Amino acid sequence: MTKIKSLADLRKLKDEVQSKIKLRENSDNPDHVVQIKVGMATCGIASGAKETMNSFIEELEQEAIDAVVSQTGCMGFCYAEPTVEVTLPNKEPVLFGHVHKEKVREIIDVYIKRGELIDGIIPINFKTIDD
Amino acid sequence: MIPLKTNNFNHMKTLAEHILDIAQNSVRAKATLIEIIVEESKKSDLWTLTITDNGCGMEEDMVKRATDPFFTSRTTRKVGLGLALLQQNTSAAGGTVRIKSKPGEGTVLKAEFQLSHIDRPPVGNIGETLYLLFLGYTTGELKYEHKCEKGTFSIRSSELHDALGEVPLQNKEVRDGVIELIKTNLVEIGATK
Repeated sequence: MTKIKSLADLRKLKDEVQSKIKLRENSDNPDHVVQIKVGMATCGIASGAKETMNSFIEELEQEAIDAVVSQTGCMGFCYAEPTVEVTLPNKEPVLFGHVHKEKVREIIDVYIKRGELIDGIIPINFKTIDD
Repeated sequence: MIPLKTNNFNHMKTLAEHILDIAQNSVRAKATLIEIIVEESKKSDLWTLTITDNGCGMEEDMVKRATDPFFTSRTTRKVGLGLALLQQNTSAAGGTVRIKSKPGEGTVLKAEFQLSHIDRPPVGNIGETLYLLFLGYTTGELKYEHKCEKGTFSIRSSELHDALGEVPLQNKEVRDGVIELIKTNLVEIGATK
C-alpha cells in the first residue's frame, strides 16, 4: 500500500476500507458488542496502559471479536494499574487490575471467549464511571 | 526477589505520554476546543509544548497548587501526579512549566524543555498519542500543530472525521493510517524523535 501522507490519502484508504467491510450495525449499538475501557489517566499511562490498549486492539482484531476498545479516566485503583473494565453483552462490567500483555491474552481467552472469571478482578461492588 | 530500585520514580517515559496525560486535564475541564502546539527550535535549543483550552479554568490559588502532587480536583483519590511529573521532567531538562488560567475562560499551559539536554525524555510516538486523543475526545475540537524550522504540520479532529465519514476510527486500517499520516508528516518536517 502507498504511504499515507495527507488527508486525501486517508480519504482513499477510507473508501477502500468502506467497500471491504459492510458497516456493522452493532457499532451503533454498543449493547451487542464487547466493551473494553482502559484506564488512561496519569497512573495508567505511567504503568503502560498504552501498550495494554494496543495489545487489546491487536489481539481482538486477530481473533475477529467484535469489540469497542476505548479509554477512560482514573477509576481510583491506581495501585493496580493498568486497569481494564470489560463489559460482555448483557452483563455487569468487570474490572481487572495489573493488566499487562500476558493478562490481555488471558482475559480474551478465558473471560471474553468462555465467560469464565479469572484472578485479578478488583472489587465486587465496582460500578462503572461516566467520565 | 526484591526488585532493584532506582531513585527515579517518574514513569512518564516520553513527551508524547505527557501530552496524552495533560490534554486530559482539558477534557475534564469540559473544553470544547483544545489546541496542542509543539514548537521546536534548534536555534534557541527549546522543545516547547503549549496546550490551550477553553474549559472551566482555575482560580488563582488552584493554579498555584496545580503542580503539587498532593493536590487534585478529583475525589476518587488524594494525589494528582500529572502536572507534578511534567514539572519534574521539565526541570530535570532545564525547562519550566507555566500555567495561566481564568475561571470560565480556560487555561494555557506551557512546558519548555531544553532540546539538547541529556535528561530530556524522548519525544515518543506522537501519532499514537494523537490517535488516542482523537478517539477519546468526542465532545469538542482538538487541534494539533507541530512547528519546526523546516515546516509546520497541523491536523484537527474535524477534518479527520470529515475525511473518514462513517468509517469508525477504531477500524484497524484507519488506525494504522492515521498514525502513519502523522508520523510521515512529522518526519518530513524533521521533528525530533
